[in-house]
Amino acid sequence: MIYLLVGLGSGLGASLRLLLSVFLHQPDALWPWATLLVNLLGSALIGFYATMVGTNGRWQASEPLKQFVLAGFCGGFTTFSVFSLEGLQLLLAGHGHLAVLYVLISLLAWLLAVWFGSRLAQPNQFS
Amino acid sequence: MSQILPFSAGFWLLFFSAAALGGIVRFWLMNFLSRKLGMALPWGTLLVNCSGAMTLGLLAARVAEAEQAQLLWLVLGIGFLGAYTTVSSFSLQTLSLWQAGQWQRALLNVLLTVLLGLAAVTLGFYWGQA
Repeated sequence: MIYLLVGLGSGLGASLRLLLSVFLHQPDALWPWATLLVNLLGSALIGFYATMVGTNGRWQASEPLKQFVLAGFCGGFTTFSVFSLEGLQLLLAGHGHLAVLYVLISLLAWLLAVWFGSRLAQPNQFS
Repeated sequence: MSQILPFSAGFWLLFFSAAALGGIVRFWLMNFLSRKLGMALPWGTLLVNCSGAMTLGLLAARVAEAEQAQLLWLVLGIGFLGAYTTVSSFSLQTLSLWQAGQWQRALLNVLLTVLLGLAAVTLGFYWGQA
């Protein structure tokens, strides 16, 4: 049951990722905006949701529902393999500086996003 | 990618199934590895991401040779391997280590993921070209 829900969430997340990458696709653009955006949004969402349903969180959720969102949707939506390939392709195309910048900015964006999402979900956020 | 737009219903069914399978394999493998190797570092996520990056690099090198491999690329590469690997778990696990006061482990996780992940995709790519 839980595997089925993880699969469903993963399929949904990945489909949304593909749609976003098609909509954001620009023919001659170097910078991989779409991947950066999905990984940033997915990190923010997992930080927010994991804190909301975690210990002392404000929401109650069953284990299958949690994993549908966490391992399923967020996991399928974000992607490490495509990120790493884009870094390599920038390097191979002679844009070494851009490749390094892409990796560093991505890392910073993911970690700030997960921190921000988690912060937003904390009970005493607005008191 | 735009040549095969709009995607057909059959395409979405294939893509969705591949991505669902990728997520299920990741979930199973991460649970299995965290039981086997412990939770000191998120080994499961690291292994999933490195193996997925290597396979995608290999696929990218092979698909570049065959122009008609768009469907294979989208379904296996963007769908299955895209969903098999994950950034969200990496981010959350790094944050958890940091918030537990284990900043050395958090830093180690970031360094290992980036260095091994990029090495893996490079290795896969050159292997695919060989």
